[in-house]
Amino acid sequence: MSKMHVKLTVNGKQVEGLAEPRTLLIHFLREDLKITGPHIGCETSHCGACTVDIDGKSVKSCTTFVAQVNGADVTTVEGLTNEDGSLGVIQEMFREHHGLQCGFCTPGMITRAHRLLQENPNPTEEDIRFGMAGNLCRCTGYQNIVKAISASADMLNAQKEAAE
Amino acid sequence: MIPAGFEYHRPGDIASAIGILQEHGDEARVLAGGHSLIPMMKLRMAEMGHLVDLQAIEELKGIEVGADTVSLGAMVTQHELITHDGLASAIPLIREAALQIADPQVRYVGTVGGNVANGDPGNDMPGLMQCLNATFDLSGPDGNRSVAARDFYEAAYFTAREDEEILTRIHIPVPGAAVGQAYEKQKRKIGDYATAAAAVMVGNGTASVAMTNLADTPVWSEGASAALASGDVEGCVAAMLDAIDPVADNRGPVEFKKHVAAVMLRRAIDRAQSRAG
Repeated sequence: MSKMHVKLTVNGKQVEGLAEPRTLLIHFLREDLKITGPHIGCETSHCGACTVDIDGKSVKSCTTFVAQVNGADVTTVEGLTNEDGSLGVIQEMFREHHGLQCGFCTPGMITRAHRLLQENPNPTEEDIRFGMAGNLCRCTGYQNIVKAISASADMLNAQKEAAE
Repeated sequence: MIPAGFEYHRPGDIASAIGILQEHGDEARVLAGGHSLIPMMKLRMAEMGHLVDLQAIEELKGIEVGADTVSLGAMVTQHELITHDGLASAIPLIREAALQIADPQVRYVGTVGGNVANGDPGNDMPGLMQCLNATFDLSGPDGNRSVAARDFYEAAYFTAREDEEILTRIHIPVPGAAVGQAYEKQKRKIGDYATAAAAVMVGNGTASVAMTNLADTPVWSEGASAALASGDVEGCVAAMLDAIDPVADNRGPVEFKKHVAAVMLRRAIDRAQSRAG
């Protein structure tokens, strides 16, 4: 099969490449672009470790062809750091609240939490659990993940207030 | 898990998409959100030479809420169904059901058109659309036609849609404020397909009852609907249990599924009645 020319924005940077249309976005990110934050967990659209943000939507990049995102704006966990490269708010709160143990699911968790908090800046615990239902963690029992996201919401709201 | 190769197409209008389907026949398939098709391609249970991505076709998008009818473009996502307030006040049943489909990531890309057109007995929208008495618009080489949701499903993955047709829009009559609606779904875990699910509308002397994943098609029962319309809940449940035809699988044996079907149906009836004006 012939390769196609793909052009997309990843973490604010324009990237281009040649890829077979059947290439899954997760493979394009990890193997062609060497962006290895998004992980391949189950590879069957269940675990959410490969979650990235595509045009303002949380999407499983193991179930997306790179051809489909030609022209799209993609954000991975690497794109959620502060400008100086330090941990962004959600990343910092996952660290502070011990929202991870092995860390394998964390990039997907944080990327999904980012979109959840964009859409719902004041989530209840139930909102968080329902909104994170597409991400599986086999270590933590989720309690500290929920705490980290709840703390992120408070922190982001405080920052927004301070800026106003 | 890497699918077999294919050529990718992203047509800008329905006519071009149908042209590609005509040109390549069996070798071509349309792609909506892809969260049913791509997993099958990764397992190599689906292979095609040409994949026709519908994402750029504006005619397939948009939710229109009129006084008597709601119209949904086939490419409207579950997420859009959930977040559309006008739709939620016109037909609350749709948001209630969409929230019980898969998980957030899947709902951002999974489409209502894909859900109804795929013919998967596990999908929630087909039964829902039968309950609501929706109509599906199909476009193909010979023009356009409409098929009632209640006549659309023939067997698992077999529908009234021809290979070269595309399901373009869904039209749903607005039930009216006096009609109570409810969707009840039993599943093993969040994101799962239903062990049994029931869609119920009741009020104004009318009723409509459909169930999901209890046969190789969704099951809308005229007898169950008529019984409920006359206030006979037991008759409704009995007629529905007679209409379904579940098979034993990893969601349980037949007896269990029938039991769960009755529980879901009673709960949905209770809740729909409590919401009827």
